[in-house]
Amino acid sequence: MRLSYPADIKIIQVPCTGRVDILHLLNAIEDGADGVYVAGCLEGECHYISGNLKARKKVAYVKKTLMEIGIEPERVEMFNLSSAQGARFAEIAREMADRIKGLGPSPIKKKTHAA
Amino acid sequence: MIVADRKSLQEILAMVADKKKILIAGCKGCVTVCNVGGLKEVEILASSMKIARKKEGNDIDIDIKVLERQCDTEYVAGISDVVGNYEAVISLACGVGPQFLSEMYRDQTFYPGVNTTFFGGATQHGVWEERCAGCGSCAIHNFGGLCPIARCAKSLMNGPCGGSSKGICEVSKTTECIWDSIVKKKMESGKLEDLIGVKGIKSWKTARDGGPRRSIREELIQGNI
Repeated sequence: MRLSYPADIKIIQVPCTGRVDILHLLNAIEDGADGVYVAGCLEGECHYISGNLKARKKVAYVKKTLMEIGIEPERVEMFNLSSAQGARFAEIAREMADRIKGLGPSPIKKKTHAA
Repeated sequence: MIVADRKSLQEILAMVADKKKILIAGCKGCVTVCNVGGLKEVEILASSMKIARKKEGNDIDIDIKVLERQCDTEYVAGISDVVGNYEAVISLACGVGPQFLSEMYRDQTFYPGVNTTFFGGATQHGVWEERCAGCGSCAIHNFGGLCPIARCAKSLMNGPCGGSSKGICEVSKTTECIWDSIVKKKMESGKLEDLIGVKGIKSWKTARDGGPRRSIREELIQGNI
């Protein structure tokens, strides 16, 4: 398909989004990522039954934590798409990149750079 | 187990607002089981605190350690070589933990990261309920195995009060009237007569009312068993 998506997205592969942990998301933000999103299989189609549903709950937990800290929860998101939806994958990547660009750099990175 | 709730992130951050290097000490006992002070929760708190402090441009150095238990001096002694390296320590154990730590390490300040709530168990994933009040003289066999001391808002020993309506306690719509449950259980088993007869006045000397308690097992002290 040779679809292009924003180059500033770094992909970390996991066998199932059920493997994604709250700490993976928090540590990414802590280390200065402007945003993190999880791209899981369509709901109801997880090969491991409920990995993507668990990931959604973990994303929700991290959003809540970020809100408590005063960081935009939109910097963390959960998306669902099938492995056959290459075009949707590129679309999500652009959507998330646009969202993060709209929010600006992570407040953590700004402070760290200022220091 | 002892059940606890984590304090809010803001409350914990405020406790150590002027500190730059701290230790978060978890416990592998009850607070691990009730998902509030085990390794995972310690790691999440540490990361959340670092994010919050980075956002303020006031970075904090946080190390973590999870003790086997914080209610045994032999395990509390496990941090003796590092405890002095920090400006403060946050304990995610029940209220016993920061006290044992404070007693052993007198020059260090230990902050409680959780609010210890009650003795209870999980009725479903994520829901814990009180079951024991630690009154020191258990008599639940008299009440169909259901404790009116811990589970009746008034700790009544001889039946429900007038605040019981359709099995619910007047204190809260989500609180069952344990006396309603006790009576129903006895009726189901055909042993309602077990409840006939006024229970004597309960001695509260064994409960907290008698002051701080101590349990002494001579055979253990002497090392016989």
